Amino acid sequence: MPIPSVIYPEYEVVRYDRCTRCGRCIRECANGVHYFSPDKKMVLSDDTKCVDCLRCIAQCPEHAIKIVKSGCTFRDNANWRPGIIGGIIKEASTGGVLLSSMGNPEPYPVYWDKIVINASQVTNPSIDPLREPMETRVFLGKKPDSIERDENGKIIDNLPPQLELSMPVMFSAMSYGSISYNAHSALAQAAEEIGTFYNTGEGGLHEDFYKYGNNTIVQVASGRFGVWRGYLEGGAAIEIKMGQGAKPGIGGHLPGAKIVGDISRTRMIPEGTDAVSPAPHHDIYSIEDLRQLVVSLKEATGYTKPVIVKVASVHNISAIASGIARSGADIIAIDGFRGGTGAAPTAIRDNVGIPVELALAAVDQRLRDEGIRNNCSLVVGGSIRSASDVVKAIALGADAVYIATAALIALGCHLCRNCQSGRCCWGIATQRPDLVERLDIAEGKVRLVNLLEAWKGEIKEMMGGMGINSIEALRGNRLMLRGIGLNEKELSILGIQHAGE
Amino acid sequence: MIVDAQNRDYREVNEIIRSSKENIEVINPLGQRFLGAGLRERRVNVYGIAGNALGCYLDGGTVEVFGDAQDAVGDTMNSGRIIIHGSTGDALGYAMRGGRIYVEKNAGYRAGIHMKAYGDKCPVIVIGGRTGSFLGEYQAGGLIIVLGLDRGEYPISGYFTAAGMYGGRIFLRDPGEVLLQKEVEMRSAEKEEMEEIKEHISEWCTLFHMDEEKVLDAPFYVVSPKKGDTPRQKYVAN
Repeated sequence: MPIPSVIYPEYEVVRYDRCTRCGRCIRECANGVHYFSPDKKMVLSDDTKCVDCLRCIAQCPEHAIKIVKSGCTFRDNANWRPGIIGGIIKEASTGGVLLSSMGNPEPYPVYWDKIVINASQVTNPSIDPLREPMETRVFLGKKPDSIERDENGKIIDNLPPQLELSMPVMFSAMSYGSISYNAHSALAQAAEEIGTFYNTGEGGLHEDFYKYGNNTIVQVASGRFGVWRGYLEGGAAIEIKMGQGAKPGIGGHLPGAKIVGDISRTRMIPEGTDAVSPAPHHDIYSIEDLRQLVVSLKEATGYTKPVIVKVASVHNISAIASGIARSGADIIAIDGFRGGTGAAPTAIRDNVGIPVELALAAVDQRLRDEGIRNNCSLVVGGSIRSASDVVKAIALGADAVYIATAALIALGCHLCRNCQSGRCCWGIATQRPDLVERLDIAEGKVRLVNLLEAWKGEIKEMMGGMGINSIEALRGNRLMLRGIGLNEKELSILGIQHAGE
Repeated sequence: MIVDAQNRDYREVNEIIRSSKENIEVINPLGQRFLGAGLRERRVNVYGIAGNALGCYLDGGTVEVFGDAQDAVGDTMNSGRIIIHGSTGDALGYAMRGGRIYVEKNAGYRAGIHMKAYGDKCPVIVIGGRTGSFLGEYQAGGLIIVLGLDRGEYPISGYFTAAGMYGGRIFLRDPGEVLLQKEVEMRSAEKEEMEEIKEHISEWCTLFHMDEEKVLDAPFYVVSPKKGDTPRQKYVAN
């Protein structure tokens, strides 16, 4: 006799009387929650299928639906929390490893929220960014150690290739396959309009998007999917993916069922075959080996493009970054443990890695101590949520940030964290044509541009408040930060003083 | 065009190769890396020992080494030919998608790792001698042919042959006993398969002046993945 186990639906659909049975919610829900009952002549719902993506609510013309968190749950227990009990039930009944999407939702400290920003008062007056020039442009890449001159005293251009960003924010790697064609298209167009970059992820570059090459970062990961000479030459920079914040130390496995049509063409593998990205690059066992891959990419592209090495923030991140800075890489990207993902084992997502704030502060300090900070630019990602997070990251030592979850929210994502199902009702983390077409590319682009324009305005206001008129002058300027409610150790790693000091 | 690699580092040598439009002959090489990186057409001959990542991202043309090569030969190559008159180091043809690699003697660890095929591209590696461990690890497509000639008492390949292989085929000539992972199987090559690889063996014999009849006069075996046995994690949505 089977053991009955109850995981009560986490969310309940409440339907008001003003429902006109128009059936819109039935058509909108890819999870099959809503259905029409001919007997009762009513729209009913199967709450077990609801993921709280809020699509039906957004589309109901009568505003007749509400989704509420169910009160029916396990008996209160601070140790055996509902998610833990539910996880055991799921694993015990299937033998499968728990799989989740998007970033770590557990209540770890968010250091951004425990750091406050300075402003000028009386001396060093603040600046009005609407009336005075305010520079938010940054250049990412290795900076030369010294000025060289020719025999006539003229300066020799010894600047290695740089990425020019109109503001210190880029869209981070999301592969075509993990997100839709329309989402990629909107990101590419927005990056072009803003004057920043989006990132192909490890799924190759769709033939339609080569035209956005000047605003594209192409990624090379362990599986090398979609990597060939034209791809390397097609982007403005090349990113070697060593790790990802949401799943440090593990690889990926895209099942053959998802390798169809365009995805197969873009990854350059036959339809229906699995795409396995091993956890390690099997040709990289040392910093010297990493250097070999970095330089091989530069040789293949004639030293015209900066090479980024992306790693997850883990315990020894400062030593790792020091190695990368000596590997010939032009940019180090550090992905924090709250970074998003299309699918990761829950155990890894929620327990492996460290907060990016601490990683950033430690790396910036280490590179300064070793006198190699100018060897590389530093880009951080892994849950940068707002312009104030950007300002804090720059002041902690970053040259720029990567955003992805925030960009997806701009495109309609409501963070239901079910990307792995492939049934994204918002047309983002799906390949189903009927769902993909829900994401309007033109509007998506406008919303991304809006978001970054608004952030740029906020960044300028905050910089102006500090009396700083160039983002370069904010970088690593930790005197502009103070900690709130942090202990001595945390303050010392962050390299900031406590508020009031 | 002759490039004397003596007292030149890899960057200088490669810069000359890149900026030239002619075929190149590299003499006096001292293990310079990345020779022929991203080459599209033309021929680069190397007279001596080539360094790591020879012919990486190769997209056409021919790179021929009259001597040994080292690690990462033909990394992520898309098309073209690499010919090694000697042995190579580890990770030969990493993730190669197209083209041909012919090695006269032995290859190191992880030869043909992550090799894949796509569309009309089907990469082929022919190795005259033996290989180290992890031959064809993660192989997803293409052909690897190991002839195992002059290997004495050594096995034709090391441990973990074809570990995690999920596509393509590995042909082993007279392999004896090979320790295989559970996701792959070994069987005698079919007649049609022998027809299929004959041109590659024939080309290898021509390149290295070997007697084709003699090489073919031995049993050939095929290692291929068992259907649906790719090692994969079982997941449950959380």
